[in-house]
Formats: sequence, C-alpha cells, structure tokens
Amino acid sequence: MSEIKITIDGTDVMVAPGATILDAAKKIGVHIPTLCHLDLHDTKMVNQGASCRICVVEVEGRRNLAPACATPVTDGMIVNTRSIKVLHARKVVLELLLSDHPKDCLVCEKSGNCELQDLAITFGIRDIKIGKDGAQSTYRKDVSEAIVRDMDKCIMCRRCETMCNKVQAVGALSGVNRGFNAVVAPAFEVDLIDSVCTHCGQCVAVCPTGALCEKEHIWSVVDALADKDKIVVVQTAPAVRAALGEEFGMEPGTLVTGKMTAALRRLGFNYVFDTDFAADATIMEEGAELVDRLTRFQNGDPTVKLPILTSCCPAWVNFFESQFPDLLDVPSTAKSPQQMFGAIAKSYFAEKMNIPREKMVVVSVMPCLAKKYEASRPEFNRDVDISISTRELAHLIKQANIDFVNLPDEDFDNPLGESTGASVIFGTTGGVIEAAVRTAYEVITGETLEKVDFEELRGFEGIRNATVKVGNLDLNIGIAHGLSNAKALLEEIRNGNPKNFHAIEIMACPGGCIGGGGQPYHHGNSEILKKRQTAIYNEDKNKVLRKSHENPFIKEMYKDYFEKPMSHKAHKLLHTSYEAKEKM
Amino acid sequence: MSKYNMHILVCGGTGCLSSQSNLIVENLERYIKEANMENQVQVLKTGCFGFCEKGPIVKILPDNTFYVQVKPEDVEELVKEHVIKGRRVDRLLYQDPTTSEHVEDSKHMDFYKKQQRVALRNCGFIDPDNIEEYIARDGYAALGMALSMSTQEVIDEVKKSGLRGRGGGGFPTGLKWEFASKNAADQKYVVCNADEGDPGAFMDRSILEGDPHSIVEAMAICGYAIGATKGLVYIRAEYPLAVNRLQTAIRSAREYGLLGKNILGTDFEFDIEIKFGAGAFVCGEETALIHSMEGMRGEPTTKPPFPAASGYWGKPTNVNNVETLANIPVIFLKGADWFASIGTEKSKGTKVFALAGKINNVGLIEVPMGTTLREVIYDIGGGIKDGKKFKAVQTGGPSGGCLTEEDLDTPIDFDNLIAKGSMMGSGGMIVMDEDDCMPAVAKFYLEFTEEESCGKCTPCRIGTKRLSEILSKIVSGKGTEEDLEILKELSQVIRDTALCGLGQTAPNPVLSTLNKFEDEYIAHVREKRCPAGQCSALLQYKITDKCIGCTACARVCPVNAITGAVKAKHTIDQEKCIKCGACMEKCKFKAIVKE
Repeated sequence: MSEIKITIDGTDVMVAPGATILDAAKKIGVHIPTLCHLDLHDTKMVNQGASCRICVVEVEGRRNLAPACATPVTDGMIVNTRSIKVLHARKVVLELLLSDHPKDCLVCEKSGNCELQDLAITFGIRDIKIGKDGAQSTYRKDVSEAIVRDMDKCIMCRRCETMCNKVQAVGALSGVNRGFNAVVAPAFEVDLIDSVCTHCGQCVAVCPTGALCEKEHIWSVVDALADKDKIVVVQTAPAVRAALGEEFGMEPGTLVTGKMTAALRRLGFNYVFDTDFAADATIMEEGAELVDRLTRFQNGDPTVKLPILTSCCPAWVNFFESQFPDLLDVPSTAKSPQQMFGAIAKSYFAEKMNIPREKMVVVSVMPCLAKKYEASRPEFNRDVDISISTRELAHLIKQANIDFVNLPDEDFDNPLGESTGASVIFGTTGGVIEAAVRTAYEVITGETLEKVDFEELRGFEGIRNATVKVGNLDLNIGIAHGLSNAKALLEEIRNGNPKNFHAIEIMACPGGCIGGGGQPYHHGNSEILKKRQTAIYNEDKNKVLRKSHENPFIKEMYKDYFEKPMSHKAHKLLHTSYEAKEKM
Repeated sequence: MSKYNMHILVCGGTGCLSSQSNLIVENLERYIKEANMENQVQVLKTGCFGFCEKGPIVKILPDNTFYVQVKPEDVEELVKEHVIKGRRVDRLLYQDPTTSEHVEDSKHMDFYKKQQRVALRNCGFIDPDNIEEYIARDGYAALGMALSMSTQEVIDEVKKSGLRGRGGGGFPTGLKWEFASKNAADQKYVVCNADEGDPGAFMDRSILEGDPHSIVEAMAICGYAIGATKGLVYIRAEYPLAVNRLQTAIRSAREYGLLGKNILGTDFEFDIEIKFGAGAFVCGEETALIHSMEGMRGEPTTKPPFPAASGYWGKPTNVNNVETLANIPVIFLKGADWFASIGTEKSKGTKVFALAGKINNVGLIEVPMGTTLREVIYDIGGGIKDGKKFKAVQTGGPSGGCLTEEDLDTPIDFDNLIAKGSMMGSGGMIVMDEDDCMPAVAKFYLEFTEEESCGKCTPCRIGTKRLSEILSKIVSGKGTEEDLEILKELSQVIRDTALCGLGQTAPNPVLSTLNKFEDEYIAHVREKRCPAGQCSALLQYKITDKCIGCTACARVCPVNAITGAVKAKHTIDQEKCIKCGACMEKCKFKAIVKE
C-alpha cells in the first residue's frame, strides 16, 4: 500500500499505513515523550498498552487527546504534539504518577537509570501539587535470590508483564487488583520464588523505574576482599566484557576484556580468572555427551534421548524444571560454566594451590540475574559464593576510585584464565552450539576443522535451524533465544521432534547473555544488543585458539585431574541433575 | 384441557421475588386448587412490571386489576373475594397519592399513563420461561422476516429505524452492524452486553428476566446480518435469575429449532453461549468485556482496532447492549418507519429509565425519547418524596452529570443530555432533593469509579483517587480554594487523557456539580458550611434559648459533651460532640438545632 501523508506540528510526513503517530513523529525528529511504551524491534517485544498517557497528542477533529504510541495514522491526520493543552495534560499525568511514587530517588537502585526520573527532569517538575498528601499504594516487598520487587515504585506500565508473558512465555507476572491498588504481581501475589519465575531478569531489564531491581551483593564482595583470611577468586562471564564499558560511557560494543581484568586486579581479587575457561570445559563435557548420544543413536540404542539440549542457561533450567517436567532427561547434564568454574576452583585449583575450601571465596561476574539464583541452589553447595551482575561490577569499580577508561589492558591469571574463541561466543545466541560443533566435528571425524566460523548458526532470529555436515552425518541443529521461542521448540520435541533435531541450544534472554538481565540497561535500544554481539564475534576472531579442546590448560586439567570428559570424577564435579518443580 | 377464563400475573422480577412473590404464587395455586378452579384460573409468574416501589405486583386479567404490595397472607382473601366472588379487594389497589382514590386498573395510573413500552413490551405480560407465550406475542416472527431479507436489507432496516446503542454511547446500531458485516472473516461473533454496572440501573436485568427470548431472537437477527454463527451473552454472575431464564430461553429456542443449524428451514446457523462476568463496572466497556470473555483481565484496550474489526479472539465482533437488542424484533415487526416515528430527530424510539432516589414512584419506566424530565419526575414518578423540593437528577450514573430545575423541560434524548453536561448512560435516573449535598453526591460517584477503575491508565487509576480524596477533604471541612482549582484542572485532564469511557467520563459528576452548584462547594470550603445540612463533619448541634435545663439531653449524650446546671441553659462542647443527634431527638422543647 502506498504511503499516507500526515501533518505533525506543521510538518508533513509520509508514513506507511499502520504506523503510529509516534513512528511518524520520530521520522521527522519530533521526540514525543513516552513511558510505558517499549519496542525492542528484534526481539519482538512490543509493549503498547497506551496506559501511562504521557505520550498524548492533539489530533484535529478528535474530542480527547490521543496516545501517540498506539494511535495509527490516518490519511490527512493533523497532529499537534506540543500545544498548551498537550503539555499541560502531560504535566498533570506525570504529577499524578509522581504523587503515588516514593521520593527516595537518592537511594534508589535505578537512580540515574530511571525513566520516570528522566521525565520529571525533562518536565522540570518542582512541586507535586496534585495529591500532595494523598494516599500511597504500598505493597509487601518481595526479595528473591535474584530479584527485588518493590512495587511501591510500580507505575503499571506493564512492560514486565509483556516481557514475562509474550517474550518469555513464563507467565509469572500479571496485573492484579483494581484501581489505585492495581499492580503487577505473581498470581495470588505469592512471592516470586514460589511462582514459575525463572529469574531471567528480563523484567528488571525493561522496568522503567526501581520497582524491579536485582538483589545486590556488592558489599558482600567488599567484605570478602577486605578479609585477610580469604582467598578471593573472581570469574567473569563472556558477555560482561562486551557491555561493561557502557557503564563508563564507552560506545556499546566496545570490548573491555583487558581493562576489566586490570580493574578486578586493582579491586584486590587474589586470582582474576575467566568463566570462559569453564565454558571450554563445558564444551568438553557437553560435546562428549553429544558425541556419546549420537554414537549410541547411530548404533541403534533405543534408550538414547535426542536432541540434546544445552544447559548453560540457569533461567532455561528453571523454565524446563517447572514447565516441561516430562522432558527432564533431554537437556545435557553438564553444569553451567559458572557452576563448573566454581566446582573446578574449589577442587582442582584449590587442591593444586593447597587452598582449604573454607578459605576460598568464588565471586562470579555475570550478565545475568538467574545466576544469582543458580549459585544458591542447594545441590551446588555454594561452589560460587557470590554472584554479581555487570552493573554491580561497574558500581564496585566506581566506588573504588578506579579510572576504568584509562586502565591498561591486562591478562587473566592462569590456569583458570585461559580460554579459546569457542568459549567467548557462549555470550551470544548460537555461540554455545557453534563451540560444541567445533569440538564435536573433530572428535567425530578425527579431522581438523579448517573453517571454524559457522555463519549458518549465527543471527538474531528467535528460532533458527541449520544442518551442519559432520563427516557423513547431517547434524540438525536448532537454536532458540527468548523463552517463548524455547517453548515452541520444546513443544516440537514433545510432539516427536519432526525436524529430527540432534542438538538444540537455548538461551533464555533475547540475544543470549549479551541481553541478560544483569547487563547495563539498554533503555529500549535494541541496536545495543547487536553491537555487543558483534564485539563477541570479534573477540572470537582475534583469538589464536578457537576450539575448546585446544585450550592447553583444559588439556592439562583433564590429564592431571579428570582423566577424560564424562569420567567418574567429571560426573561428580561437572554434572548435575534436574528435578520437576511445581510452581504457581 | 384447561380453558382459562382468568389469568393471574405475579411479578417474578428480582425485586418482587425478594418480597416473597414466590410464596404468593404458591399460595395462589393452593387456594385456587382448593376451590377446584385450577382449570379456569391460570397463575403466571412474569417479568417485572416496573412499579417496583409498590411490589409485589399481582395483576388479574381480563379485567386488568392491578394489586400492589401484596403479601402472601393476602392471597386467601384475594382468591375468595376476587377470583371466586368477583369482588375487588380495595385495600390492595393502588391509591392515587393526590386524590387518595383507589385505582383499579394500571392504565389509569399516572405511573403508566405516559409510558410507552417497546423494549419492555413483554415484561409483566408473559411467562418468560415459556417460549410459546413469547411466540404467541409474535415472537420469532421478526427473525423469520429477517431471514427472508438479504443481510444488507436487514442492516438497512436497522439503520432506517435510527436505533442508537442504549448502553451509554448512543452509537447508531445499524452502522455498527454494517461495520462488522463488512469485515470478512472465517468466524464472527455477536455479543450481548449484559454487564449492567451502573448503580441503580436494572433495565437489562429486567428484560432478561422478563423477556429473554427477545434477546435470543435479536442476537440471531444480528448474527444473520453480520454473518456470525456464534453469539455470546456476557452477564454478571450476580444476576442468577436472569441467567436462569436466559438459559431456559436458549434451551427452548434450540428445541424449537430457532437456534442451531438450519434455522426456520434456511441454511442460517446460530447458537448462543453464556459467559459470566464477576461484576466489574469496566467490563461494560466493550473491549474490556471482550478481554474478560477471553479469560484475560477485564481491561480496556485502545480503539482502534474496534471490535467490529478485531474483537473476540481477534475476530470481527458486534457488541450490543440488552436494551438495544430488545428493540430489534419490534423494528422488524412494526417496521423501521414506525420505530423512527417515535422520539426526537436524532434519538429514535423509547428509553427505559430506572427511577430512583427521592421520588415517590421508584421503578422501571419506558418513555418515548423526547419526554421531558418534568413529565418523568412529576407525572410518572409522582414527584418528590415527602413534599420536599426537587434539587437535581443524576442521569447516566457515575459517568453522567446532574440536571437541575432549569433543565426540567428539556426533552430527554442522547444529544440534549450531553449538551447539558450529562449523558444518557444506561438510563439510571437518581432524583435528589433539597437535603442532598452536591459535593457529597460527587464524592459518592467518585468513590464508585475509583473503586471500579481497572487501574490500567494513569489518569483513571491515580486521578480518580485524587479527585475522591479532594472531595473527601471538602465534605469534611478541610478543603481549600486551591483544592477547587485542582478539582477543575484534574477533572479536565482525566476527561482528555483517560484510556476508556469509564475514565473519560469519571469526572462528569464533579464537573457538572461544580458547574451547577459551585456555591455549595464554596460554602464548604470558605465557610466550612454544608448548605444541605448533610455533611456531618460540618454540622454543629447547638442549644438555643428554648432550653429549660431539664438535663434530658445531657443524660442521653453518649460522650458527655453536654453540660449545664439543672433548670439552666445547657451547652454542647463542640470538641467532644460526635454529632450523633441523640440530644436533638431527646429534647422535647425543640431547643436543640442542627446547623
């Protein structure tokens, strides 16, 4: 259909039918303020409830004001986005929101990242005249291992609800109660921990205010570092280095691996290690499991379960434990890299260095909130003592007067700091499976893989599939990121795996770990995720070693300690089991 | 085979049922059986007669005797005297309040004289549980007529009638049908909105209780017109009797081949399902209603898309309210021209109103559009209770506004009411007298909308709360002039920015009372005085010089606020006084006044 013409603030603009007034205004550089609206184009996250009413505009011929975010354009429409009526209405609406919002901005976790605060600044609100002494809607605070819900700060934008239901298909959050007491909460307002919440943290990532925040552990890290009796070991996940720089004003997509290492060393960590090392170990284990299942399958073993599903993502593990309890034997039993690292640090490394377990504190820096929950799972016996997010690390660095941007690049410590390109790409959707294929190829065929870049496995589509030639086997691979996509793939498997997948990679967060709930806030700019993804692939490309099994320290560890992947010891330390969880 | 020569109609509406009309029916049947007259006298439980003030109603045909406020124990006399001996029981007849004469026949009662019952045509005439009685009154003939017409002809007939939506919006029904008919889809839906939530309004319930088949028939006609095979009635679960009668009606219609496949020998297929609501006011808004039916939270969404394009499960859906649908069969039976001949230029047909408040004849009435408020209140409603002075009437419920003395001669129709700052709404009409305090009235309505707001959009969720808080301040004497300014400003912004009709109209009671009774607001704020003497926080009980010092008041005061020597004038400690009024009641000398 041909474009239609509308007039915004006296300027004509041609837009496609179906576009909203907000889209049209953007085209001519008119930035209508929004609050509830959120459109993360690539991840199909669109929150268009039109509920906050901040974006109202005047449309000629219309009795009342129209929400720009949800009003489709019509031919010849005449819009005024800054009339006195509009500005006044927006100010009153904002005052109403502020009248039912705590004024503890100084100590709010989202301060500086709060979109409501931004609006109050933009509008120059100095006094809240309406509802000055009015009632406040207050709710019980809900603190899980990963997420803090302080619903007194909820503005009912419903982004979290859209994220949780539409993008993640988790269904933990929805609107409850009515009127002034309406709020987003789990069913029957139970705590998150008793709900089907996977702790993926995507709700936190999109919450415009301090209503949804992470459970912070910065001070526990400081305490551990200050304790002379402790040996504090830190591990950093692959996606952290591709985003941490943003917290220091660096361009999204800037790799800060060297600066991050330097900063961690200056913070006083005794050993600055890399989760990537454990990711290489994960490939050794998960890859071996894949090869084992494939071989048994080809030999006609009827008990073998295919496809094998990756198990690196803790939110994904939480998801299938509560929503697909009948498929618990499908995912790989390999622990996530975070937990593998914890187990290796407190066994292999501790023994090697003669450090008593009780003296060692393992801190992980993760792009993820579910990792906080994962670290607390009883079966992991606090192998990882403290898990902090990318954002928390940034706060820690700032607190410690470290001039991050001007730090020199430094290397990780050995042995648990060495990694290959295969482990770096764990941070993005498609990366884990690509890393696994690089190793599985060589194990199965006995040949050297020349072309290590599997472009067919990369990209941003929610569900992707590809067939990779491994010797005489056509390896069918599925990839999903975002839990609704994962759910779709899992339902396929439940229905008999019609596409005959051999292996499936799943990451709970849109984009994979680069878009994790613990990463610097993207504020609706989905381009940032793509830039982080590019950075990750660049890091892989720049590595000399790009296959996990080529990591010399991994080889040494297996030689000295585990013997071989899936050995008895490896099973004990590097694998886990799943249990069905009935949640609301 | 029985050949009845007398029919006794007993109101079986919710109001009369709660005054034991069921027992009246039982007793009638028993005494008639005792008299061996069960083959000559038929006892029928009908729908609502509308004159709820005087219920339970018992009407006897063929002589049209209209008995009011009948009690189960009156039945024996009624049967012995009226049924057996043919002598009217005068004491149970309606007594004209002005002449004090007994009126035998409803046709001669002022309450009915000016009414024209179209939507309520069968209520109080037929047994709603008996499809044959509906058919005997030309029921389902309209469906037959419609099925012999083209779908466009059906839509044109409705358009020509000028029928507008009776649920509140007043949107032309035929046009709505046309939109839904033009949107092609593999499945479309007809939805009957029976989520009557306007406090005080009960016409939809009465129609469903008294004439459920008219709704079944109308929905089928609409289904044919727009190309839908499925109908849904969204009804609140707290209307059990209406639900029950509707279920019976749907079942009978299926048995008679009037629902299901090949209706009346055509290839038209249509069936109806009932969906229950939990009684949320906002679920009367069509998008919220649809979401509620889908099992989602009852919340409105922005229009467009309109339900006609994307409604129930994303399919084209036509939503009409009960009263609107009740008019449909008559339009076909008597013709669109006949229908259009009733009413005003832009509002055709009749409108049912639920008369309530400080009025003599509380009940359900139906009048042609264009009838004046004066006729409704004074002729039909019998004027203000206890001879008090008329002050205002709230139309449109919590979404409407108040009309005053100067509006009494305004012909009631959609557009006139809006022009007067109120609205038709679903037809609630609450009459207020000189004792009603207008800021308190506004507060009452805002408390309602505040509670019924779904909480989705900011202006309604927080704005109505703030309005209601300010009104509470004002009626408790703590309001300031700035509060009045905020009231006006906030009301206007809520009206301009709220997402759905509930929010957009929520400030109407504030704006209209402010507009017409600003002096009352000012008295509350500036002088801390309630001119109507209603706001207890602003009242003071005072002892005048008439006091002889009998001490009765001091003894009755529960908080010992009254002191004074015997045989000397007493005084009330205003700090202690809780304004219970016990002293004033006790004083034999009228020495205590409230001001």
